[in-house]
Amino acid sequence: MTKIKLTIDKKEVKVEQGSTLLEAAKKVGIDIPTLCYMHLDDINVNHKPGGCRVCSVEVEGRRNLAPACATEVADGMVIRTNSVRVLNARRTVLSLILSDHPKDCLSCAKSGNCDLQNMAIRFGIRETPYEGCEISRYKEDFSPSIIRDMDKCIVCRRCETMCNDFQTVGALSAINRGFNSVVAPAFQMDLEHSTCTYCGQCVAVCPTGALTEVDHTNKLIRDLANPNKTVIVQTAPAVRAALGECFDLKPGTLVTGKMTAALRELGFNYVFDTDFAADLTIMEEGTEILNRLSKHLAGDKSVKLPILTSCCPGWVNFFEQQFTDLLDVPSTAKSPQQMFGAIAKTYFADKINVKREDLVVVSIMPCLAKKYECQREEFKVDGNPDVDYSISTRELAALIKRANIDFMSLSDEEFDAPMGESTGAGVIFGTTGGVIEAAVRTAYELHTNKKLPKVDFHELRGMQGIRQATIDFDGFPVNIGIAHGLGHARELLEKIQKGESEFHAIEIMACPGGCIGGGGQPLHHADLSILAKRMEAIYKEDGNKVLRKSHENPSIIKLYEEFLGKPMSEKAHHLLHTNYINRSKKVIYIQ
Amino acid sequence: MTRVKNLDDLRKMRDQLQSKTNLRDKSEKPEDMVQIKVAMATCCIASGSRDTMNFFVDELEKRNIEAIVTQTGCMGYCYAEPTVEVTVPEKEPIIFGNVDTPKADEIIEKYIKGGEMVDGIIPVNYQKID
Amino acid sequence: MAYKMHLLVCGGTGCQASESAALVENLKKELEEQQLDSFAQVVMTGCFGFCEKGPIVKIIPDNTFYTQVSPENAGVIVSEHVAKGRRVDYLLYKNPEDNTPIAESKNMNFYKKQIRIALRNCGIINPENIEEYIARDGYLALGKVFQELGAENTIQVLKDAGLRGRGGAGFPTAIKWELTRKNEADQKYVVCNADEGDPGAFMDRSILEGDPHAVIEAMAINGYCVGATKGLIYIRAEYPLAIQRLKIALNQARNYGLLGNDILGSGFDFDIELRYGAGAFVCGEETALIHSMEGFRGEPTLKPPYPAQSGYLNKPTNVNNVETLANVPVIINKGPEWFNQIGTEKSKGTKVFALAGKVNNVGLIEVPMGITLREVIFEIGGGIKNNKKFKAVQTGGPSGGCLTEKDLDISIDYENLIAAGSMMGSGGMIVMDEDDCMVDVAKYFLDFTVEESCGKCAPCRIGNKRLYELLDKITKGKGTKQDLEILQNLGGVIKDTSLCGLGQSSPNPVLSTMRNFEDEYHAHVHDHKCPSGVCKSLMTYEIIPDNCVGCTACVRVCPVGAITGNKKEVHLISAELCIKCGACMERCKFDAITVN
Repeated sequence: MTKIKLTIDKKEVKVEQGSTLLEAAKKVGIDIPTLCYMHLDDINVNHKPGGCRVCSVEVEGRRNLAPACATEVADGMVIRTNSVRVLNARRTVLSLILSDHPKDCLSCAKSGNCDLQNMAIRFGIRETPYEGCEISRYKEDFSPSIIRDMDKCIVCRRCETMCNDFQTVGALSAINRGFNSVVAPAFQMDLEHSTCTYCGQCVAVCPTGALTEVDHTNKLIRDLANPNKTVIVQTAPAVRAALGECFDLKPGTLVTGKMTAALRELGFNYVFDTDFAADLTIMEEGTEILNRLSKHLAGDKSVKLPILTSCCPGWVNFFEQQFTDLLDVPSTAKSPQQMFGAIAKTYFADKINVKREDLVVVSIMPCLAKKYECQREEFKVDGNPDVDYSISTRELAALIKRANIDFMSLSDEEFDAPMGESTGAGVIFGTTGGVIEAAVRTAYELHTNKKLPKVDFHELRGMQGIRQATIDFDGFPVNIGIAHGLGHARELLEKIQKGESEFHAIEIMACPGGCIGGGGQPLHHADLSILAKRMEAIYKEDGNKVLRKSHENPSIIKLYEEFLGKPMSEKAHHLLHTNYINRSKKVIYIQ
Repeated sequence: MTRVKNLDDLRKMRDQLQSKTNLRDKSEKPEDMVQIKVAMATCCIASGSRDTMNFFVDELEKRNIEAIVTQTGCMGYCYAEPTVEVTVPEKEPIIFGNVDTPKADEIIEKYIKGGEMVDGIIPVNYQKID
Repeated sequence: MAYKMHLLVCGGTGCQASESAALVENLKKELEEQQLDSFAQVVMTGCFGFCEKGPIVKIIPDNTFYTQVSPENAGVIVSEHVAKGRRVDYLLYKNPEDNTPIAESKNMNFYKKQIRIALRNCGIINPENIEEYIARDGYLALGKVFQELGAENTIQVLKDAGLRGRGGAGFPTAIKWELTRKNEADQKYVVCNADEGDPGAFMDRSILEGDPHAVIEAMAINGYCVGATKGLIYIRAEYPLAIQRLKIALNQARNYGLLGNDILGSGFDFDIELRYGAGAFVCGEETALIHSMEGFRGEPTLKPPYPAQSGYLNKPTNVNNVETLANVPVIINKGPEWFNQIGTEKSKGTKVFALAGKVNNVGLIEVPMGITLREVIFEIGGGIKNNKKFKAVQTGGPSGGCLTEKDLDISIDYENLIAAGSMMGSGGMIVMDEDDCMVDVAKYFLDFTVEESCGKCAPCRIGNKRLYELLDKITKGKGTKQDLEILQNLGGVIKDTSLCGLGQSSPNPVLSTMRNFEDEYHAHVHDHKCPSGVCKSLMTYEIIPDNCVGCTACVRVCPVGAITGNKKEVHLISAELCIKCGACMERCKFDAITVN
């Protein structure tokens, strides 16, 4: 690789050809401010539209300033990143952006966690110039998962890149021109009428309060205070690997015990674990995989392969809208969240003798699509949802702080029985490749009647967007595919459509890294190394477990004995399986 | 369909087509070529001036003489119609009277081509007409 | 046999709007009725440029140039001029100086200093007939490129000629071609940029309407030189006539084998597709244009990569402006030496301008580089309308700058205009007189850029809006000294930080008027006065008591009841209620109302 020599603020620096000025500056400890720029190395997202111009720098011999994020280095370049000209330009541009942004930071969901606010602090903005000029005004858009408040949009277009390039969902793009430019669904439709899957990746990268989650914390506080309600909670595996970040712990710190303690402190009557339901999912989905596989191999043409996992609600929304010809391909198993709800409001409610309507099931999820999923009509009984509502990891952290709980001083506590017991297989649902690994662990033993020689399937793990592995099921090779990110999922799905897929089973997760990178997680601020650390934590938790195969979970065994019978039984089918609906979207034009 | 096969083909085609439009170019620089003005008032037309004009235009082209034939109003020599003013480059304009087609032929062959004088010149104190 | 007389009628959009199509029909009918239809031919041509006086009819061979001809005039033209050779005097152009008729265009000031290269066929041939183009050496250059020159020599010819891009920036055309040629790819594209967006500009439209084959031929040459087999013309959908003529021309070229496979036996395949733009100004910027053609939002991306490296569908793409292309075939036919003796040292050839504003002769002109603004405005343009005083000329479209009296003698070329604080742009030229308020003019141009900004980068998206708002404030008399400082700084930063040429030049009208007409800004800000009397908010209508006879005429005509006063008493205008419509002043017979 050719090295390029240049001078930045009188410091000499040598970098590889093709590097940007921003990268070169970083090498010599110069941190050029950026706002719209977003580089997500691990998932190959490189968003540098050169839109905000906050990173402008002076290049000797060039007529105008250059955006450092997108200007390539050249030999002998002389760069000034802090000259009066540069600082004045940056400050002016930032003032312009602020002039088209509401000043109600105090009551903004992003306050304290806002890139624009931080930039204003960094530039020592003490007054808002261009006062009295109008701000572009847009209608607020409330969906079950995501709120769009486009008055706060600074048109950095990171969300657009995630939605279009990474997820290939195509719900968001810039519309209108000039001062009225805004990122929105086509024809300024509401998100609900668009092809949005509620994956929340737009929210995860939004630098301001323009895209935020629907907040259920106040509702939860009221329910917890209601003496007539029994409020139980389930926590998804990825939450415990990320929640600590909200309390200034290093990324990858597991806080399972503290989280359980905090939830109990908040007043939940029972603190359960979604991992339990994940084990249950494996029992159903694993059995389904084996059934479909053996029928298919026996020549039954009505059974299609590959079978696809179905625990990710963003993914389910995606294929229900965009791959309506493949509705019979995914597993019919409900997601762990919904399995949990269905069992909680039947089996468990009976056990503690609480009426369905007096039981409130809350889920803590790394995910925004879960907020929508629990509202689906098919997951309600007489209008009463199996899971009442879902709150995100971020909301939980806020709630803990609001309740005056000193998170760091809490002692570790255990989940309640019976729906708090789980295996390592349930834990790894939180990361890409985990669901299929958990399924393999169980399916192998059920199929071969032999004990697995080794539980860890490293060939299924990693951060690559599309992965594949062949697992030897005692002489029968099972081809497994894994995709995270809906764009990668699309590639695999299009192969299935063309009949070119060689896989028997495929795991799909909508978010980068799986649930650990979900739209409800603490913000990564474009640092994806955080995801790798969360992933490590998940596998660590798995390794620490005594039981690591779903079918060995005693509470699950008991559930089948006492209530469900066996996997795929009629009762199981009724409670734990679902069907998919063609939800392809027509354009609805709303003025 | 007239498909042009190569450059020569194109050149040939251009040469053929040129006659249809080159009038528009010639008219820009009339002083470089033979200019013929045919008087074309009602009385002139009655005496056959349009035939004369057509003859000039067609024959000059056939005989490969760079010329431009325009018409003009009454020249005032109604006794000698059709009247025609001929200007050969770098020579004074000459007016001919009673120019029927044989006369026109003579003007082309003798005066324009050969530079010889032809009968029928209307001399006097004639002034050029614009 | 060939026609003895040709009646050339302008069929450009402007003249068609003044019923030139009906005029053509009437002329044909009259010729038939008077049995002159084998003698004379009616030809609908492209634009003559003298749009101020359209529709134009030019009669060949005597070169009579009729102006403002209506369909009803067909009869007299045929019966008088065609039949009897008598010019119809009242349809001739009148010299504005002494009102004498001028029969031939070459004697008109409007045409005297023009040299028509890009417009060489406009107003001469029928753009819908490929044979007329071929008759005038059409496609000969293409054949020469194939058989005699070859790609590299052709590029060299353009380099020697010194042809520079006519779209605005003036980048050397040959270098752009060379870069695309050098980039290897399985597919390359050449694109004709016909997204003409400057308000009031119609250079490209006129060329496409008047001489579409010139552009098609040049694109084929372009394709051959850079190794592209596909050409695209990006044209705004609001140019229906140009599109129609292009479609006809493309079909004819295909039928004649001048597009398609194995053109002129060269083995070179080339064809052209039309792509319609929705009329966004920013799509004239080549990267934005390419995105728009790809079906994406029309907004620019950073260069590099240049289109020559990665353009349409990420393939090497060579984008050239219509006028640039129109120059190419002539340069090849007549040689680089012929071309580069026209113009100045660094800017060769001619430039087409759309001359507009307060000049007598509004229209499309093609002048040699190096001509002075004075010649253009006062000779070709015939001076300022109604004998008013010249104040400023805006070149370079909405992103250019305002030049003043002191700049009138600079010779027009790329470098000189930039040195003077403006630019060549694509050829808009708007002349302003003493009645124009320069703050208002700057506001007008800003209004356009605010509307046309794509919204991608913050300085252009928000900054221009703020500039506009500040100017608006000033024209309303509410500006402060600080506002002037903010304007200056903001304008500079927008230029310095914007992503593409639009934002990098959009503050020019403000900055150049602030520089050249500082006193006008001060008058608005400090004295709350608009010296030109344009900014309504700064005007007050008052009654001169000595002249007022108390007739109540003004009281009755005032639409908002702002004037009070009884009969035979001096009236009074309430400054608060007055909406400055001027109705009172118009009505007063005693000159008793003044405006300050």
